Amino acid sequence: MSSTPSDPPPGRRSTFAVLMGFLGSMGLAITLLVALAVASIVGTVLQQNQPYTTYLLDYGPFWHELFRTLGLYHVYSAAWYLLILVFLVISTSVCVYRSTPAMIRDMNQFRLGVKEKSLRSFQHNVQRNLHTEAPAPLMARAEAVFRARGYRVRQADHGDHQVLSAMRGSAGRLGYFFTHVAIVVICVGGLIDGRLPLMLAEFTGQLEIETRQVPVSEIPEQSRVSPANPSFRGSVEIPEGQRADVAFITIRNGYVVQELPFYIEVKAFRVERHATGQERAFETDLVIHDDMLDEPLAHTISVNHPLTYRGYTLYQASFRDGGSRLGLSMYPLGRGADRPLPLPARIFGTYSQTAEDGSRLRVEFTDFSDTNLTLIEEHGVRQSIDMGPSFEYVIRDSSGAGRFYRNFQQPFERDGRMYLLSGVREDPADPFSFLYIPLDPQGGVDRFMTFLAKLSDPDVLRAVVDETTRTAAGQFEGVDEQLRTQVADTMLGLLETFAVGGYDEVIAQVQVQSPEGQWDRMADIFLRVLNAGLDAIYLRVLAQEGIEVVSEADDHFLDDALRAINALPFYGSPFFLHLNDFDHIQASGLMITKAPGQGIVYAGSVMLILGIFLLLYVSHRRCWVWIRPGATGTDLVLAGTSNRNMSDFNQEFDDIAQAILGDSRPLPADQDTSRV
Amino acid sequence: MSVTPDTVSTEYPGYFRRLSPIDWLWAAGVVLATIFILVVYGSSMDIYQSGTLVVTAASGLWLGWFWKPFQGYALAVTAMSLLGIFSYGGDLANAQTHFLLKYLVSGEAAVMWMCALLYMSTSAYLASLFRRESGRSVLLALGIGGATGAAGLLGLWLGRSGLMPGLEWVSPLVLLVAVGALLGPIARTDFAARVGSVLAWCAAAFGLAGLLVRWRETYLHDPTWGYVPVSNLWEVFVLFCVVTVLMYLYYQRRTRNLDMGGFVMMVVSAAVAFLLWYTLEREAHVVQPLVPALQSWWLKVHVPTNFVGYGGFAIAAMLGVAYLMRVRGERRRPDGLLARRLPSREVLDDVMYKAIAIGFAFFTIATVLGAMWAAEAWGAYWSWDPKETWALIVWLNYAAWLHLRFTKGWRGVPMAWWAILGLFITTFAFVGVNMFLGGLHSYGSL
Repeated sequence: MSSTPSDPPPGRRSTFAVLMGFLGSMGLAITLLVALAVASIVGTVLQQNQPYTTYLLDYGPFWHELFRTLGLYHVYSAAWYLLILVFLVISTSVCVYRSTPAMIRDMNQFRLGVKEKSLRSFQHNVQRNLHTEAPAPLMARAEAVFRARGYRVRQADHGDHQVLSAMRGSAGRLGYFFTHVAIVVICVGGLIDGRLPLMLAEFTGQLEIETRQVPVSEIPEQSRVSPANPSFRGSVEIPEGQRADVAFITIRNGYVVQELPFYIEVKAFRVERHATGQERAFETDLVIHDDMLDEPLAHTISVNHPLTYRGYTLYQASFRDGGSRLGLSMYPLGRGADRPLPLPARIFGTYSQTAEDGSRLRVEFTDFSDTNLTLIEEHGVRQSIDMGPSFEYVIRDSSGAGRFYRNFQQPFERDGRMYLLSGVREDPADPFSFLYIPLDPQGGVDRFMTFLAKLSDPDVLRAVVDETTRTAAGQFEGVDEQLRTQVADTMLGLLETFAVGGYDEVIAQVQVQSPEGQWDRMADIFLRVLNAGLDAIYLRVLAQEGIEVVSEADDHFLDDALRAINALPFYGSPFFLHLNDFDHIQASGLMITKAPGQGIVYAGSVMLILGIFLLLYVSHRRCWVWIRPGATGTDLVLAGTSNRNMSDFNQEFDDIAQAILGDSRPLPADQDTSRV
Repeated sequence: MSVTPDTVSTEYPGYFRRLSPIDWLWAAGVVLATIFILVVYGSSMDIYQSGTLVVTAASGLWLGWFWKPFQGYALAVTAMSLLGIFSYGGDLANAQTHFLLKYLVSGEAAVMWMCALLYMSTSAYLASLFRRESGRSVLLALGIGGATGAAGLLGLWLGRSGLMPGLEWVSPLVLLVAVGALLGPIARTDFAARVGSVLAWCAAAFGLAGLLVRWRETYLHDPTWGYVPVSNLWEVFVLFCVVTVLMYLYYQRRTRNLDMGGFVMMVVSAAVAFLLWYTLEREAHVVQPLVPALQSWWLKVHVPTNFVGYGGFAIAAMLGVAYLMRVRGERRRPDGLLARRLPSREVLDDVMYKAIAIGFAFFTIATVLGAMWAAEAWGAYWSWDPKETWALIVWLNYAAWLHLRFTKGWRGVPMAWWAILGLFITTFAFVGVNMFLGGLHSYGSL
């Protein structure tokens, strides 16, 4: 990064000088800049700091191992990356060290010993032979002209000739110094806030990275960092009503525990919303408990509004459920559906259930949210509606395989009818498929569950089948008991099949029991028999509710209920969980940092900006007036140069020449003379 | 020639004494307006807002002195914005019924005007490059016009018919060249470029006024929504157009050269093409409340500063293209259109440097501001988020460019190529990161 290092005279150079020459060379600096840029790209293309299992899945064992060894998962804290940075700092420092003396000299040296010949070779120069004017007034005028324009002026009398040297904007040279020192300062500040102490502690074996998911109290001393640690960046999730005095610092595929000298208690976490439902603010009411405080410090933080306390800064970083309590009703989807069992549950809790076949099922409650905004397009107008509270759970069988569920508490309206939704998927990456459970006029699931219970109860089925067939037999003469029993058995079998496997199973049975040519006809007959039975069960359900006259809505209900029962085999859960009430407990995700280098980095940044403006916009301009009284008058050379923005200097130099000599320099032929 | 000392004055008036009465009038206007706002609305402004107002007014005052045409521009923008704000009269529904709002000065309408004017301006600047000189130049222009016209129409058809969807948004850029080449030979002078620069001024005025009116609209939607409209990708593209055009107009006046316009306006037109697609296809212009992460004072300073950087880099890249074409023209056919119509190498090189210099300086400030904001919002001034990392890459790239120019004296063709490459890097950092890499800046996604 050196600008114009004054190279030592040729000849033997010491090893030190060669080394310094190399470290301060422009070639190395540019190489490092480019290397840093390319290395940085790697870290943006390869997603950083993911769990190792994710990488393993994405890249396979071979590449995973290679990438891991090269540190590509954590490029910005990899040794080789830091090495590039260190080299950049060294290169810049050497450059500053070597160039600063020359720079300071340049700022203050007026170069009064300049030779006439070299002035004549300047791009900006005017040469005159002035017949009339004496040197003294000419020099006085020149000095006045330069001073009026903010130039510093020195004069020297060399006997046969006199030289006036003027310069302006020498502060521009400081731009070089400021920018380059700023880079060093910023890197040093960043290094202070970096992970160097932790990396050293890990390297020397004082610190061990914890990879297990265990309670804080079980984490061994080797994986804990004392509050004396000068800088860190960690995070912690604290459920409402609880407190913590640690933060977790993630390192590669594990973490260490940073101990804090105070407790943070989370009183409440809130999501404030706009009228449209979009999130407006995330806020946490927290209280700091510290022996150093007379009384606990209460404060509310939100995104963009952190709290700084004793050099630690607390940020609102994330949130999730903190173990909400749910009041659930568990409806068996089969026999006894009308007799739900109360199930008090808790998010992150696990519950064991016995399936009908006797195997054990594990139900894990994973998440709850009290608001669910969904974008819905209706008549070409997109708007987001709130679907209300929902909770998520996983049902795992004894082999550990799971199905993922998401149930809503509030009814969902479709085509004027109300349903309760329960989503299911086999893979968390899939979208949910929804089970639509129709709601009765009271807005509950009772009618559906009663219907399902009756459909699944052999005693009820037998009674319904007998009654239906008897009624039918009574309408026709000559139907003997044997035929009636045959029809009754068929109907019973169909109802039982439907209750377990839906229409698909019924059709499958038709195909098994009859020759291929008669499938359509047989299916038609079977479905009529089945529907007669279903109708009869439904009428019983309605009668139980005291309904005599079946309305159109009741008809729709039956359609919906049959559709839902038909879908139950795909739903795959032996029970339905209905959310009655809940106690929403959230956990606030806090980021806690200590960055003593921040002030240094900011100071460096300000210096950098100042330096860049000096460097780019304050040109160091020098002008000389060289005169020699001759036999025929005074010989004069006026010359000038600028280290930046030569095109702007053109105008200034012309103006100066005009002021001193009374005319302007003719434009060079190559000057662009465009219009406007 | 001898000198008569009496006629030579060593006096050199200071900065303030060189200002004209109009400059002082401008200053008085800015000061009075600021005082008026502070007196009338001061009670509902907090210290940050009052401070921002005073600093903005001071910068605007200085900018008007430094670059005189800015005074008229600022007045026009103020007038249009006030017209828009008062036409609303506190009711957003007026946007559909009020004539002026619907067709001229609502945020959306003004931005659409900006888009149209920028397309026209681009064609006008290009037309000036094809101005008539000889029969041969007319034939050449008509030939280019016919070819690009056919290509543009083909693209339009392919896009519309669904064979290559999306092409219909790109092909207007080719048609702009066609229109320029076909209309250019009408005039012998650079009249078309003068028209182009007037159109560019108008477009910049519509764009900025559109943003300012939109600022008011965000409050009309819901007082709790209100935000400065530099917060989503749609708004920053408008900002990019305005800033780039203004920066170009500054250099145009400074270099007294109208022939760079066709090139610079081409990149602005590309932004317009995106903006039109984004508006008409994605309805991205609809005002939505800000996510909590963006509700910060820093946003207002971080984003506009960044766009001075992007604007500078974009201008430099397009001048790089012009430079390469000029060099090629000089080599192949020294008396051809390319060699004589395009600005001289010196001018292109000088403006390219100046654009990168101002861009680099502001990009540095923007990155530092971004770091300060990140320290307040995300808990670390630097977290190697993809956007941050790409900002660093852009910075390193131009730092290397400036180093080679300053210390090795590199000029010409390699630097022109590098400036073009720089725009690709910058564009990736600007939109590519949001599209492909995500990260903390992902709210700017498509």
